[in-house]
Amino acid sequence: MSVELKAERAAQGDGAAAGYRAGRTLTYAAEFARQWRRKRTQLALGFMVVLPIILLVAFELGGSDDDGRSGRGQFSQLSDAAISGGLNFAMFALFVSASFLLVVVVALFHGDTVAAEASWGSLRYLLAVPVPRARLLGIKLAVALSYSALAILTLLGTALLLGTLRYGWHPLQSGIAAEIPAGEGMLRLLATAGFLGINMLVVAGLAFLLSVLTDAPLGAVGGAVLLYIVSSILDQITALGELRNFLPTHFAQAYLGLLTTPMQFDDIIKGTISAVCYFTAFCALAFYRFSRKDVVS
Amino acid sequence: MVLLAGLAAWAVWPADPGYRTVDERVAVRTGPLGDSDVTLDTRLYLPDGASAGKKAPALLLAHGFGGTKESVATDAQDLAGLGYAVLTWTAQGFGASTGQIHLNSPDYEVRDAQRLLDHLAKRDDIQLDASGDPRVGVLGGSYGGALSLLLAAQDKRVDAIVPMITWNDLGNSLFAQSADTTDDGVFKQAWAGVFFSSGMSGGRGGGGGLDLESLGAGGANGAGGTGGAVPGDGAAGPANLNPQCGRWAADICQTYLRVAAAGRLDAASREQLAQRSPASVLNQIKAPTLLIQGLADSLFPLSEADANARGIAANGTPVRVAWFSGGHDGGDGPQSDSDRLKYLTAQWFDHYLKGNGAAPAGSFTYSRITGLDAVDRGTMATGYQVTDYPGLAGQGTVQVPVSGGPRTVANPPNGTPAALSSLPGTGSGALSSFVNGAVSDLPGQHARFESAPLEQAVSVVGTPSVLIRAASPTGEAVLFVKLYDVDPNGSAALSMGLIAPVRLTGLPTSIDQAHPVRVTLPGIVREFEAGHRLRVTVATADQSYLGPVAPVDYTVAVGPADGGAAVTLPTVPGTPIATADAIWLYVLLGLLALLAVGLAIVIFVARRRHRRVDHSVSAAHADTPLWVRGLRKTYGDFVAVDSIDFTVERGQVVGLLGPNGAGKTTSLRVLMGLTQATAGEVLIFGHRLAPGAPVLSRIGALVEGPGFLPHLSGEQNLAAYWRATGRPWEEARFDDALAIAGLGDAVKRKVKNYSHGMKQRLAVAQAMLGMPELLVLDEPTDGLDPPQIAEMRRVLQRYASDGRAVLVSSHLLAEVEQTCTHAVVVHKGRVVASGRVDEIVGDSPTTLLDVTDIDLASKTLDRLDGVAGYAVDGERTLVVDLGDVSRTEAVSALVRAGVGIDRVTPRRRLEDAFLALVGDSTAGSGDR
Repeated sequence: MSVELKAERAAQGDGAAAGYRAGRTLTYAAEFARQWRRKRTQLALGFMVVLPIILLVAFELGGSDDDGRSGRGQFSQLSDAAISGGLNFAMFALFVSASFLLVVVVALFHGDTVAAEASWGSLRYLLAVPVPRARLLGIKLAVALSYSALAILTLLGTALLLGTLRYGWHPLQSGIAAEIPAGEGMLRLLATAGFLGINMLVVAGLAFLLSVLTDAPLGAVGGAVLLYIVSSILDQITALGELRNFLPTHFAQAYLGLLTTPMQFDDIIKGTISAVCYFTAFCALAFYRFSRKDVVS
Repeated sequence: MVLLAGLAAWAVWPADPGYRTVDERVAVRTGPLGDSDVTLDTRLYLPDGASAGKKAPALLLAHGFGGTKESVATDAQDLAGLGYAVLTWTAQGFGASTGQIHLNSPDYEVRDAQRLLDHLAKRDDIQLDASGDPRVGVLGGSYGGALSLLLAAQDKRVDAIVPMITWNDLGNSLFAQSADTTDDGVFKQAWAGVFFSSGMSGGRGGGGGLDLESLGAGGANGAGGTGGAVPGDGAAGPANLNPQCGRWAADICQTYLRVAAAGRLDAASREQLAQRSPASVLNQIKAPTLLIQGLADSLFPLSEADANARGIAANGTPVRVAWFSGGHDGGDGPQSDSDRLKYLTAQWFDHYLKGNGAAPAGSFTYSRITGLDAVDRGTMATGYQVTDYPGLAGQGTVQVPVSGGPRTVANPPNGTPAALSSLPGTGSGALSSFVNGAVSDLPGQHARFESAPLEQAVSVVGTPSVLIRAASPTGEAVLFVKLYDVDPNGSAALSMGLIAPVRLTGLPTSIDQAHPVRVTLPGIVREFEAGHRLRVTVATADQSYLGPVAPVDYTVAVGPADGGAAVTLPTVPGTPIATADAIWLYVLLGLLALLAVGLAIVIFVARRRHRRVDHSVSAAHADTPLWVRGLRKTYGDFVAVDSIDFTVERGQVVGLLGPNGAGKTTSLRVLMGLTQATAGEVLIFGHRLAPGAPVLSRIGALVEGPGFLPHLSGEQNLAAYWRATGRPWEEARFDDALAIAGLGDAVKRKVKNYSHGMKQRLAVAQAMLGMPELLVLDEPTDGLDPPQIAEMRRVLQRYASDGRAVLVSSHLLAEVEQTCTHAVVVHKGRVVASGRVDEIVGDSPTTLLDVTDIDLASKTLDRLDGVAGYAVDGERTLVVDLGDVSRTEAVSALVRAGVGIDRVTPRRRLEDAFLALVGDSTAGSGDR
C-alpha cells in the first residue's frame, strides 16, 4: 500500500471540494445504472418478457377449453378473445397482470429503492457525499417510476409483438362493444396501459413512503402489496357504499371503460384523481419524513 | 347548467333526511255505492318541522302491482327529505289492506285514493288549497302510475302528477297490435300471467317487475322474483282464498279467465279494461303531468306514455315526457337515469306544489345505453335532451330499403317451440335481454330481410316502422316483426329485446295480391352505426305471446310491392346532457394545476430558506478541518452525546477514544450530516455543518462499517460511489485508493462474497477516494489482521503528513496510541481528556507491581521514604504511586526485603483515564 499525496486544490466558495456541485450528485443516469445492475431489476423486467411467452405457450397448449370464464360477466370475453389478434393478446396480457403482477413489480421498484440502500449501509455514504436529501429522494423516485413504466411498456411491447407475430394484426375485439379498428385499438391499448400506470401510482407512492420509513426492503414492498390487497378486499364489500369511492383501489378496473363504445372516461378521470391524490400525499409524507430523518442505519 | 347543478345537489343528498313516520289503518268507504268498507294500511312520512304552523304539501305515493307500502319506502324517505308529507298505502287487495283487487277501478282503488285525500285534508299539518282540498301531488310506477292518472281525472284536488311506466289503454297493452289495422291484438300471455298470479296471493313484495318504482334507487324494488309469492303469504284478506281468483275481485278474475283462455278480447272485457285505463279520461286531467316511461319495457311500451301525453296536452295541461333506460324489463336503469328522474320529479313538484322555481320546461329528455359500467357493473347511459317532445315519429325520418323476396314461414302447433325475446317478470335481472336481446329466432319460423350497410350513422329515437306484406291460407296471420342492428361481423342486436306483434286478417292466399301494411315497431333509442345493416325479421311465434294453435304456413315479404323503402327510422337530434361526472375532468385539471403550483411554492420556499441559512465562514477556523464545540445529541430523554468539544487541525491524526457506547459513533454521524445535532456547533474549514452541507464533500468517511451494493464488485462499487458524487473522474484517483484497499484481483469479485476485513479495507479506500482533506474513520481496523492493522497505521500517518487531517474513532487504546498524534477521550457523552497523545500517554507516577508476597511488599513500601501511596489491586498486584522514589530504587528495596517480583509495569495517564472509566462500568452511556 502506498499513497502519493499532493497538495489539495483550492476549495470553492461554499466550502465544497473542487468539482463538487450539489446539482450534479447522483444523477438520474447514475441512479438508473445503480438499479439496472441489480438482479431484481433484471428479473422483474425479464419476467415482463417471459409472461407473454408463457401466455402464448399456454394458449397454444391449452386447446379449446371453454369453462375458463372468470365470472366477470361481459368482460370475461376479454380472455375468450385473447387469441383473436396481437392487440387482443396484448390487452389480455395487461388484463391478467393488472390486479397483482404489476402491483408487485411497482411495489418492488418503489419499496426497495431507499430501504435497500439503508439496509446495505450505502445510504449514509450517499448522504455523506453529500447528495442533498430531497435530490436523493427525487432521483430515486424518478428512476423507480421510470422502471415501473418500463416494465409496463416491456410487457405491452412483448405481448404486442408476440401476439401479432402469432395471431396477426387484427381489429381489437372487446366483447362488450363492436370491433374496434386496429389503429384506434392501438390507441386504446396505449390508453389502457397509461391508465394502469396512473393507477399504479397509488402502489408506487405507498411503497415509496414505506421505503423511507423502514430499513427493511421486504417490509416496504410487502407492506405496500398487503395494503393494496386489503383495499381491494374492502372494495368488494358493497355495504361500504360511498366510502368505497375513497379506497385507492376502487377505480383500479376503470380501464375496462376504454373497451366500450363510446369510451367511458368518467371513472378513468375519477381514478386518475384518486391516484394522483394518493400519490401526492404519500410522496409528500415521504419527502417530509426523509428530510428530517436521522439516518442511523 | 341547471340540470348539472340539480344533479350535483342530488349527489350531496342529506344523510339524515329528517322525517318521522305515522303508521295508521285508515278505514274508507268505497265501491260504486260507497258502501263497501275497506281498511287501508298506510304510512305517512312527515318531514321534520311540519306542523300546524308550518304546513307541508303532500304527496300520494302509490306502489306497483303486487307491492305494498313498504316497496316505496326508499322513495318516500327521499321525498320526505325534500319537505313533502308523503302518504304511502297498500292498495286494497294487497298486503295488510283488506278488500279485493279491482285493478284500479274508478269505484274502488281510485275512490280509496280520494278518501285518502280527505284523510290528508283533515290533518292540521298539511297545506290546504281550500277546506278539504289538500295541496297534493300523486306519483307512482306502473299500477300506481295509472292510479295517479285516473285519480287526477276523477278528483280535481290533485295538483300535479308523475305517472311512471304505466299504461294508457290496458286492453291495448295486453292485446298488442302493432299493425295499422283495427284487428284484435295478440295476447301478451307471459306478462298477463305474471300479473294475474301475483294478484292471486294478494302480493307482498313478490310483484316481479310489476312492482317497479322507477323513481327509486333501491334495488329492493322489482327484484322480488317472478311473481312467486306463496299464496296466502302475508295476505290479510279472506282467510280461504278462492283457488281460482285469490284476492282478485270476482268480475276481473272472470274476465281474465275468459280472455286468457280465448286469447281474444271480447266487448265486455274491452269495456271493463277501458274503465281502468287513463285513455278514457285523459280529457279530464288538469293536473300538470310529468310522464316517465321506460325504454326497456315490453309490457307498457313508449307508445302508452305517448298516448297519455297527447291526450293530456290536448286539454292545455302542462305535460312533460322523459324516457329512461329501464322499465318493466330493465329495472331502475343506470344510475345517471335514476338521478335524472329524481331531479325531474323534484323539480316538477317543487314548482307545481311548492311554487318554487320557474315552470319546468317542456323539454324532452331520454337516454341511450352506451355500455357496461366497468367499475360498478350495471349499465351506463348517456342522457340527451330535445327542446320539444317530438312524439314517437321523430323530428326527421330516414328511409332504408331492405331486400329479399317473399319467404314462407311456418307457425308451430300450439305456438311451441317459439323464440324468446324477453323474460317478463325478471326485472333488471335480465341484463342480456336488456342490452342486446336474448332473441333466438328458430329456423323455419322466421324470415330475414337485410339492408345494405348504412352509409352514415342514424340516431333513432322513437318508433321505426316497417311495411310488410303477408299471405295466409287461412286469411289470418299472427306475426312478430323485429328490427335488428347487425354489425359488420354479423352479430345482431335487438334493442331492449322489443318486438312488434301483429294480427292480420283478410289476407290473400297469394303474396302477389297482398297489400303492404305498416307495422309500427316498439319505440327505441339506438345509434345505428355506419357500416351496420338493418335486419327486419318476421317470425311466427314468440313465447311471450299467444299465437294461433293450428300449424300453418305464411308467406311474408317486406316493403311495398314495387320495391321501395321498407323501413322508416325516426330521428331526433338530441343534445347530450352534461352529467355531474363532467365536473370531474375540471377537478382533475384543477388538481394538477394546484399540484404544480404547490410544488413550485415548496421549491421556492425551500430555496429561500436555504438562502437564509447562515452561510458565513468563520475566518478564524477557515483552515481548521474540524472544530466542534458543545456538541449534544439526545433521543427523547436519552442523552447519547452530552457535550463534546474538540478540534482537528491539519497534519493531525486525532483519535476519538472511548468505550463502546461512549457517543463516538453518534458524534461521527452528526459530523457526516446523517443526524441533526440537538445543540452545539460544528465548523468544517470554517463552514457551519448542516446535513447535506456542500463542505461535506471535503470529508471522506467510514462510519459504522462499510456500506456497499452487494451485487457489484469492489471496483464497480467505488466507481458507482464516485459517479454519485458527480465530481470529475480524474480527481478520484482510483489507483491510489485501490492500492490502499490492497484487494488484488478480489476487487473484481462481487462484494457480497467479501470477508468482513475485505469490506473494511474497501470502505477505507472509498473514504479516501478523491483524497479528501479530512478523513473520518470509525473503527477502521475492525476485522483486519495484525499486519493489515500495521499497514493501516502507516497509511493514516502518511495521509496526514501533508496538511490533511484524520479523525479515527476507536475503543482500542493501543490503536490510538500507536496511530494518532492527538487523542480525545470520551465517556458517557463527555470529553474526559484531550491533547497530544504523548502528553496524555506520558509517564504517570503510578506503577503496577506483581509481587509474590503482598503483605511483605506493603510493609516494605511503608518503610520506604518518598512513596506517595499505594493500593492493593487483586491478590498479587499493587498499584503504587512512587512519588520521588525511582522505579529502580523501589524494586531493589523490595527485592532486598525478600519480595519476589514477577512484573513491573509503568502505567501511563491515558490508560489511567481509560481504565478508570471502564472500571466504573463496562457499559457505556448507551449500548447501542
